[in-house]
Amino acid sequence: MGEELRLPIAADVDVVEARQQGRALAAVAGFSSGEQTVIAAAISEIARNILMYAKKGEIILSLVQNGDRQGVSVVAIDQGPGIPDIDRAMQYGYSTSHGVGAGLPGAKRLMDEFEVDSIVGRGTTITMKKWRRSI
Amino acid sequence: MEVPILRQGQYLIASIQSALTDADLSHLREALIAQVGRSRCRGVIVDVTALDVMDSFAVRTLRDIAHMARLRGAETVIVGIQPDVAFAMVQLGLTLKGVATVLDLEEGLAFLDSRTKATLDTKPKRGRG
Repeated sequence: MGEELRLPIAADVDVVEARQQGRALAAVAGFSSGEQTVIAAAISEIARNILMYAKKGEIILSLVQNGDRQGVSVVAIDQGPGIPDIDRAMQYGYSTSHGVGAGLPGAKRLMDEFEVDSIVGRGTTITMKKWRRSI
Repeated sequence: MEVPILRQGQYLIASIQSALTDADLSHLREALIAQVGRSRCRGVIVDVTALDVMDSFAVRTLRDIAHMARLRGAETVIVGIQPDVAFAMVQLGLTLKGVATVLDLEEGLAFLDSRTKATLDTKPKRGRG
């Protein structure tokens, strides 16, 4: 539902732009400022992963609805090398790039739904959603 | 966006003014560590009040700054982590273990005063000649 926001990721300024747009969308969806920051942090992690592993890609942001629950969907798409071992990539502290190893598992912790779809040599798509707590 | 680094007495104060890219953060680290030597300072304050998000890269860079500065003889304290940023950091499982953090700039200066005074006091007295 609604329109989606497609943001190219090809430089580190794009990571900042993506997380700020994500925060703005989370505000529109009615998330608290704490949750907006959580969503922004998750976007920052997966957008950086695109840069690190695939050099370029795209983040697609949109509002989603499930019954009377509102949420934000973040999809990260790249045509990079893919993730050979998703289970390991999802382990906290595991990194193949001298990073902290908090990227994917960190983003997963922050969001309510998290799905990795990756084909070696073809690319990776990460779909994550966060739902507003019903009051 | 370059982060201005001010010198106040024996301390350097890096005051982050807006969201930073990874390159900005790395540049801040290099600039601070170089300046610790040039200005022979004893303490570093990094004010992150204006930082929108503290993700894994930001946390690692701040930790690196603190550890590198310590190796160069200066104590580092991070000031101004906002409640929302702290909330997201905890959820991400990120800690600043081994790095001093205090509420604001004023507390940061007081912290460094107590730290640098303590090390000066415990310095062995040198004999003459």
